[in-house]
Amino acid sequence: MIEIKDLHKSYKMGSNSLHVLKGINFKVEDGELVAIMGSSGSGKSTLLNILGMLDGADSGEYTLDEVPIKNLSETKAAQYRNKFLGFVFQSFNLINYKSALENVALPLYYQKVPRKERQEKAMQYLDKVGLKPWAHHLPSELSGGQKQRVAIARAMAAEPKVLLADEPTGALDSKTSYEVMDLIQQINDEGNTILVVTHEEDIAHMCKRIVHLKDGVIVEDKKIEQVRAGQYV
Amino acid sequence: MFDIERWQEIFDTIRKNKLRTFLTGLSVASGIFILVILLGFGQGMQNGIEREFKQDASTSVWAWPGVTSKEYKGLNPGRRIQFVNENFNKAESLFKDAIEYKSARIFVQGVSANYGKEALIYGIQGVSSDFQFIENTKMVEGRFINYQDEVSTGKVAVIGRKIKKDVFNEVESPIGEFIDISGIPFKIIGVFSEMEDREEERIYIPITTAQRVFNGGNRVNNLSFTLPPVENFDEAVQQAITFKDGLRTYLQQAHTVAPDDNGAMEVWSAMEEAKRYYGLTGNIKIFFWFVGVCTIIAGVVGVSNIMLIVVRERTREIGIRKALGAKPWSIIGMILHESIFVTAISGFSGLIFSMGLLELVGPNVEVDYVVNPSVNFNVALSTVLVLILAGTLAGFVPAWRAAKVQVIESLRDE
Repeated sequence: MIEIKDLHKSYKMGSNSLHVLKGINFKVEDGELVAIMGSSGSGKSTLLNILGMLDGADSGEYTLDEVPIKNLSETKAAQYRNKFLGFVFQSFNLINYKSALENVALPLYYQKVPRKERQEKAMQYLDKVGLKPWAHHLPSELSGGQKQRVAIARAMAAEPKVLLADEPTGALDSKTSYEVMDLIQQINDEGNTILVVTHEEDIAHMCKRIVHLKDGVIVEDKKIEQVRAGQYV
Repeated sequence: MFDIERWQEIFDTIRKNKLRTFLTGLSVASGIFILVILLGFGQGMQNGIEREFKQDASTSVWAWPGVTSKEYKGLNPGRRIQFVNENFNKAESLFKDAIEYKSARIFVQGVSANYGKEALIYGIQGVSSDFQFIENTKMVEGRFINYQDEVSTGKVAVIGRKIKKDVFNEVESPIGEFIDISGIPFKIIGVFSEMEDREEERIYIPITTAQRVFNGGNRVNNLSFTLPPVENFDEAVQQAITFKDGLRTYLQQAHTVAPDDNGAMEVWSAMEEAKRYYGLTGNIKIFFWFVGVCTIIAGVVGVSNIMLIVVRERTREIGIRKALGAKPWSIIGMILHESIFVTAISGFSGLIFSMGLLELVGPNVEVDYVVNPSVNFNVALSTVLVLILAGTLAGFVPAWRAAKVQVIESLRDE
């Protein structure tokens, strides 16, 4: 599904150049649930941004579902993001003046799905994350866990090939974190490919594979025995 | 533009950000409102001044003497100039072809006038029959002084409407009543009205009578003329200036006054004055336009400012939209669409409101120099269109910046 070869990325900081990613090689198969771990400054967020086509790499190859991702115009990148990727962020990033339903329907708007169909589909996904009764509430009226579930529903509504989650539990307490992870595991069980960036060990162990990043290189890449989050809920 | 989905998205945004939209709209609407009202008043002033000049015959030319201030041909300054009948007759024969109506005038002074026991404290002026047309005097009762009265030095008087109201309120009509001027009875033959009350406080008697009865001799206080009407305004002004200059030159020579001693020989032409006022209203209109355009520019800058703030405020939202797959042009389109929509709606409501106000209040405005302020609809409409266009341009820069928002930056936690 995802294939990365010798990926380099550096940022210019004034006259100095900061080499963040120093040759990443990495492959993700269909249906995997991968945790990307690393301390801050290890380059995990940069890697996620490149995977999410929010930033370009300096050199190296990136293939997503057999489509080479290289030198994309902004318009093309937007198209690919909409078609291939779903994002979940630490701070939820819901649009605060839109209801839960409208937030979930937004990626479908950019896919030019007609309004009625959009609403139906969004409602279906909200139901899936158990928030149908909150469909017409604003984000400010929801708890943190509920907000993240809305965000996950929004990411899934576009039916992406890969779900990218950047510290999805970073702003949540552990109980809520496990609920969210439970949801992510369920989505993975349905065959969706998911990448989770985290620095929490317990969250990482709820994935099926852990990739350790340190100083811009992968230091460890191992398959693990998945801990089901459901048992804590 | 006719993308229904986009419209729904815009309406959603507007509905959920009422205050922001209202403030943007207010600055645009008030800009248009102020412009239209200013233009309306510019027009109102022009109407008012036009009306003001209809009081006296528009082609009238007046001449009156003063005191010399310059030494000339061996004569000392400080001489008081006095017109005499001869000046009037000579001027008449010199400019016979250029003149339509003419009248000399004398202010009768040092006499007392009474009606019965009541003292009449009004100015008494000796004039000729033509004076009616020079002053644009309307007769409400009886007649004005005529040529026969002049020839026969008739003891007749014409009074203003205000005098009738003040003094003759007990008789049905003052016509036929007698007033007593310095012991001589004058028969009232007419009542006249003027646009201004002040000018209705006059008693006119024939100039010949005034000179003969009240020791006027052959003295005259001033000369007044009207010129025949001409279609073209500029020609009329030219004609007035030519006549005025000719008259002044003659009078200066007749009284040995230096050609550049303006205070000693005043000649005034309504036409020329009208031209100055028209020029003034033109300038006032230009000024109002200038203020109006500045207001519009302020409005556009306001819109652009607000759009900048809006973009800043929505940076995160725009980042989210981009992460969800919004293309740069769809972001620009969204911001612009909203700004054009808000500008257009508020621009037109400002227009409708101000035009409505002018239509409603305008005809009732009757202040001096301001009559029926109104505005040309097409002019107002095109200013709104200009504003919308400018608003679009003003919104484009913020929209462009919005499209360039870095998703990572905008979604980073503060």
